[in-house]
Amino acid sequence: MAEDAKSPAKKGSTRREFLRNSGLTVGGVVLGGALGSLLGGKEQVATHDVAPAPQLTVNPAEALQFFTPDQYRLTQAAAERIYPKDDHGPGAMELNAAIYIDHQLASPWGINSKEYMAAPFFEAEETQGSQIRILRKDLFLLGLKALDAYSQKQYDNPFIDLEPEQQDQVLTDFSDGKVPDISGVKSPLFFSLLRTLTIEGVYADPLYGGNKNMEGWAMRKYPGSRMAYVKEIQQDEFVELPPQGLNSHMGH
Amino acid sequence: MATKLPKVPVVVVGMGWAGGIVSAELTKAGIPVVGLERGKDRKTSDYLMAHDELRYQHREELMQDLSKETITHRNNEKMRALPMRDYGTFIVGDGVGGAGSHWNGQTYRFLPYDFEIKSMTDEKYGPGKLGADYPIQDWGLTYDEMEPYYDTFEKMAGISGETVESYGKRSNPYPTGPMLKTPIMKMFEEATKNLGYTPYVLPSANLSEAYENPDGISRGACQYCAFCENFGCEYGAKADPAVTVIPVAKDTGQLDLRTHSNVTEILNDGTKATGVLYIDMITGEEFEQPAEVVVVTSYVFNNVRLLLNSGLGKPYDSKSNTGVIGKNYAYQVSSASSMMFFEDQEFNLYGGAGALGIEIPEYVGDNFDHSDLKFIHGAGIRVTQYGNRPIANNVVPKGTPAWGAEFKSQSIKYSNSFFPVKSQGASMPYRYNYLDLDPTYKDAYGKPLLRMTFDYTEHDRELVKYISQKTHEIAEEIGADIIDTNDTQNDFNVNKDTNTHNTGGVIMGTDPETSAVNTYLQMWDADNVFVVGASAFPHNSSFNPTGTLGALSYRASEGIQRYLDEGGSLV
Repeated sequence: MAEDAKSPAKKGSTRREFLRNSGLTVGGVVLGGALGSLLGGKEQVATHDVAPAPQLTVNPAEALQFFTPDQYRLTQAAAERIYPKDDHGPGAMELNAAIYIDHQLASPWGINSKEYMAAPFFEAEETQGSQIRILRKDLFLLGLKALDAYSQKQYDNPFIDLEPEQQDQVLTDFSDGKVPDISGVKSPLFFSLLRTLTIEGVYADPLYGGNKNMEGWAMRKYPGSRMAYVKEIQQDEFVELPPQGLNSHMGH
Repeated sequence: MATKLPKVPVVVVGMGWAGGIVSAELTKAGIPVVGLERGKDRKTSDYLMAHDELRYQHREELMQDLSKETITHRNNEKMRALPMRDYGTFIVGDGVGGAGSHWNGQTYRFLPYDFEIKSMTDEKYGPGKLGADYPIQDWGLTYDEMEPYYDTFEKMAGISGETVESYGKRSNPYPTGPMLKTPIMKMFEEATKNLGYTPYVLPSANLSEAYENPDGISRGACQYCAFCENFGCEYGAKADPAVTVIPVAKDTGQLDLRTHSNVTEILNDGTKATGVLYIDMITGEEFEQPAEVVVVTSYVFNNVRLLLNSGLGKPYDSKSNTGVIGKNYAYQVSSASSMMFFEDQEFNLYGGAGALGIEIPEYVGDNFDHSDLKFIHGAGIRVTQYGNRPIANNVVPKGTPAWGAEFKSQSIKYSNSFFPVKSQGASMPYRYNYLDLDPTYKDAYGKPLLRMTFDYTEHDRELVKYISQKTHEIAEEIGADIIDTNDTQNDFNVNKDTNTHNTGGVIMGTDPETSAVNTYLQMWDADNVFVVGASAFPHNSSFNPTGTLGALSYRASEGIQRYLDEGGSLV
């Protein structure tokens, strides 16, 4: 294993590492497209190497675009049960999955901008996918309300105040469809939205607000978005590389 | 009111592989082409931020905007078809490059058997092996006739691979050597050799080495970065129409490429097309583009829909079993698989490539005896290494909950310690699986959506049952700690099944009663309309379709040139 892969990523050296790893001169063929622009002029390389990005001391993405503080805390609590903290490392709460969910619901995805939303809406067979008029952002908020209402009914407390085992039971009931429909939507659909968003929130690139410090990736020894694995894929031994985010591709 | 533009020799509808190849071949021959593409233009440098699993894979960055256009689906005629509102199953490409930008790059040839499936099945097993409701038919040309076109496509794309003796004879070896073999591929190789099989490395458009093609396009080697499927390649290593054929067409100065141009209708008098109508999707303006020849090269679904919405060709009717447009829609079966988990071994599965894998040829086509089986053809049984991106790959042993403490623990434990012996099986056409126009739902421009009536057949389900046993035997030989074998093909689910190998609907053949286009993909009912794509496949093989689609695109290009010279039907 090359030494550069074992040591933590060095600021400002990403581009050089990439050029070395990617075997750009293979066969002596001059490469067009992106690589042509990557190779660029010498000044460009120098500029990149001597001008590292300013370091932020706080994460400006840790703020809300969509949720009220109460909705945020409830989402944190629910996501944590989907992906709890354990011996492997942090759970959804610490990884900022709820920040990720907040940002997604505030985005065009939250208003189903790329989905076919024309009427009529009929009840679907299981093989036909969901047929609901309610937008994701609204379904999520309705689902949060239903979580609290159901918790109140079963345990006389809002979800956030329940014991972890009780919270798991509430979520299981949502997942199994034992909860009354949410404005006409079956509870497993809301649960599935919550589960999917939580998994995305712990494993999507940190640029989206979750997967704090790439710790979601680190737990599963996922190296993030590096440019080349030619050497690693041929090796019998597992090669653990520190994760890199998409920001390491900026400036190329 | 549409603005009428000056007439051109050729208008091409859709700029993916088919449209890109046709455009390159015609413009190289000096024929001016107008290329209409509903999506945006693309080039390699657009992909420098492509290593983004969420944006490209889970938010379908390169795919068709379903808010404008989708399909409706029902499993059978008794059901009401409903729109596919969100992605889950097949992902339809959009923009210059089309599906050829987001594909994995597995580039096979179909077998000699595929092209003569009806005669060869009848000859060996007697007529009626599958019954009358499975309208399998010969393609109208043989593998030997297809071979030169395959050869041309492979040289253009620089396909990396190794010759398989039991497949069709090749005039040339693959232009580049096979991809690397990773440890999991070697495990499959050793196990299958022990069982008497002859594994080979998958033919790949990812480029095992730097390559310059006959058009002078140079590309670098694959870096195994794990972002092929759903992603564009920032290296240009993956063959992509936006990298290979479209720049060639542009360089001739004869291609007038118009992006954000959505064709809504082929104008025609029932026997000849006069041009197309399209909408500029940014400004909303409508244009009429008259042309001598209209080449329809969009995805399978839109090829069929455009013909039906334009009243071209006779629509298929399942009741009377007549008509051709929409007939023989086929898919593939991928459910037979054995997932393996390893307790003490971790693999570097974060790296990989879309066409990195190894497979055995023993259970495809008629390479094994089907006398006592209720299906024909078969499946490629394989191990692949695409690169396990973390949102999509949280595989846990059967019985593990789908969320919570145990899920997290198990999914992390096995995150680098699982891989399946999987399969991809052929799908035979069925009388009641077809495409037509939806009676209720419309696209953003008021045109009916395409309606898919499809479910897996008894044939498909039998194939899965049989092939699953073979995947299990290989997994046992590999020696995993846990093996979960799936032997059941459930009903087709529009939001769950993941395979974008849709075929048929405008099928080729020798008889206008049972096919829509001839072997040059020229319409029987309108000789200046060519419909190019996997829509021309009379059935779907077990192999990935792009190699055959590419080969047919070269043949169609030849046909279009001949038509421009001679006119009339080419056969």
